Amino acid sequence: MSDLALRRRGPLSSLLDAVYRRPRLFLAVLLAAPLLWLGVVYLGSLFALLAQSFFSLDDFSGVIVREFTLSTWVQLMAPANLDVIIRTVLMSALVTVADAIMAFPIAYYAARYARGPMKAAFYLLVMMPLWSSYLVKVYAWKLILAREGIDTWVLDKIGLKPLLDWYLSLPVIGGPSLSASYTGTFIVFCYVWLPYMILPVQAALERVPGNLIEASADLGASQGATFRHVILPLAFPGVVAGSIFTFSLTLGDYIIPQIVGGSQYYLGQAVYAQQGTAGNIPLAAAFSVVPILIMGVYLTFARKLGAFDAL
Amino acid sequence: MRSDEPSLLLKLSAIGGLIFLHWPLAIIVVYAFTTEDKSYQFPPPGLTLHWFSVAWARPDIWAALTLSFNVALVATGLALVLGTLAAAALSRAQFWGRDNVSLLLILPIALPGIITGIALRSAFNLMDLPYSVFTIVLGHATFCIVVVYNNAVARFRRLSPSLVEASFDLGADAFQTFRYVVLPNIGTALLAGGMLAFALSFDEVIVTTFTAGQQTTLPIWMLNELVRPRERPVTNVVAVLVMAVTFFPILAAYWLTREGEHVAGGSR
Repeated sequence: MSDLALRRRGPLSSLLDAVYRRPRLFLAVLLAAPLLWLGVVYLGSLFALLAQSFFSLDDFSGVIVREFTLSTWVQLMAPANLDVIIRTVLMSALVTVADAIMAFPIAYYAARYARGPMKAAFYLLVMMPLWSSYLVKVYAWKLILAREGIDTWVLDKIGLKPLLDWYLSLPVIGGPSLSASYTGTFIVFCYVWLPYMILPVQAALERVPGNLIEASADLGASQGATFRHVILPLAFPGVVAGSIFTFSLTLGDYIIPQIVGGSQYYLGQAVYAQQGTAGNIPLAAAFSVVPILIMGVYLTFARKLGAFDAL
Repeated sequence: MRSDEPSLLLKLSAIGGLIFLHWPLAIIVVYAFTTEDKSYQFPPPGLTLHWFSVAWARPDIWAALTLSFNVALVATGLALVLGTLAAAALSRAQFWGRDNVSLLLILPIALPGIITGIALRSAFNLMDLPYSVFTIVLGHATFCIVVVYNNAVARFRRLSPSLVEASFDLGADAFQTFRYVVLPNIGTALLAGGMLAFALSFDEVIVTTFTAGQQTTLPIWMLNELVRPRERPVTNVVAVLVMAVTFFPILAAYWLTREGEHVAGGSR
């Protein structure tokens, strides 16, 4: 029998067998294609892009001068550009904190109390908005926040319209309508990235062993103390894992502030404008380095806090 | 097991959070039926099915829909192959640079989409590839790999290596082992990963704006309508359509990974 099986093998399949028997070679064969695309083409073009930040744009001819210079970086440090960077980082941080606060009760309830069909329902109710169309979600908020939209209508019905008017009259966070203010941008960012926070936090909470909580209670800790000293520290890597998404996604988004928000630029928009209409690829590249650097630092800390195991 | 009850505050904030996640999607559906086409007036002055027939008759919507569907299909196929290969390689083996490879897989979605988009655009420029459906597909496949990988690697880890060894010992060749031993065990995970990759690709707009030429995928069509609205109710109808198209793959992916919890020979 085995003799028959052996004779039936073609040269290709004996080659594959031979490859499988050498683990290193087998690994190399498996990884060749993914690495060729991601490691060589993708990573290569990423570095090629970043290297361009050391070129400069000739202001008169609009041609990129391919000589090493730091002038683009000096240009990036101009107050107007620094403004863009600070505004974006601030927004990302605020969105991350708000999402963590909103995500925690949902994740906590789903991980600790929901059982059976209820648990499945919770999971699906988080997954659906996560995977449903990004543009549709942004669009929905434009409808909601528009001046004649639902928020105004609802607030008018319950008699809180003056409160909205007062809020919109505030400096910085106000504006002509919610859909043209920082607050509007903030709300949409929070909304769109919220599921990215819920899932890792829930995953981390699921892994908190039930007997630890019981032990804490047996040792006389109140529910609050158990939460602070046992659950929260153990769930924290999940929060950090979620924050990687909320922070990074806000940092690079250029569509949300374009559709809902004032006229101020965010990092993504700056990159988009520089590479597109302005045709200043070196400055666009320098702008791109900023979120990569920030995320690099962020990921290093996240790894130290154990967030990668919580992904 | 757990005798403690959730506090009212926790219950309310959890349910409130879920409502917050869903009501904007419900709003979109309502607006698709509105009779008001100039503003975002709420509540809608009347309800009509008129916009569905208008959208149905628009060739540009059909073209965008077809393109998005095809792109998602091919990109998912590419991602399935590359993601499975990477998952097979990284699931058990320990080798130098392993963490870097997994980081590399995550990079296209961990970095802001605009950076991935511009980097790919300059790469295509460098390779003298004209922007086309092909470049859109390549861009989508790049960030879909990780979705397939994530689903496949979890399953590979539970698949006992002794199954593969047994198959070889019993005289099966590499193809037969893959076809009859490995594939049945990872099949549902691949299908789930593929569904999610499809939904991701079908919906992607940021990378697409950089890798597309004159082609208009459905998300690009929507973005154009958002920036320069022409017929708002038609956009609402398309939004509902996009929701429906992505809804079913997600639901299916969920059921597939749920049903496939138990793998033959799994150590856990």
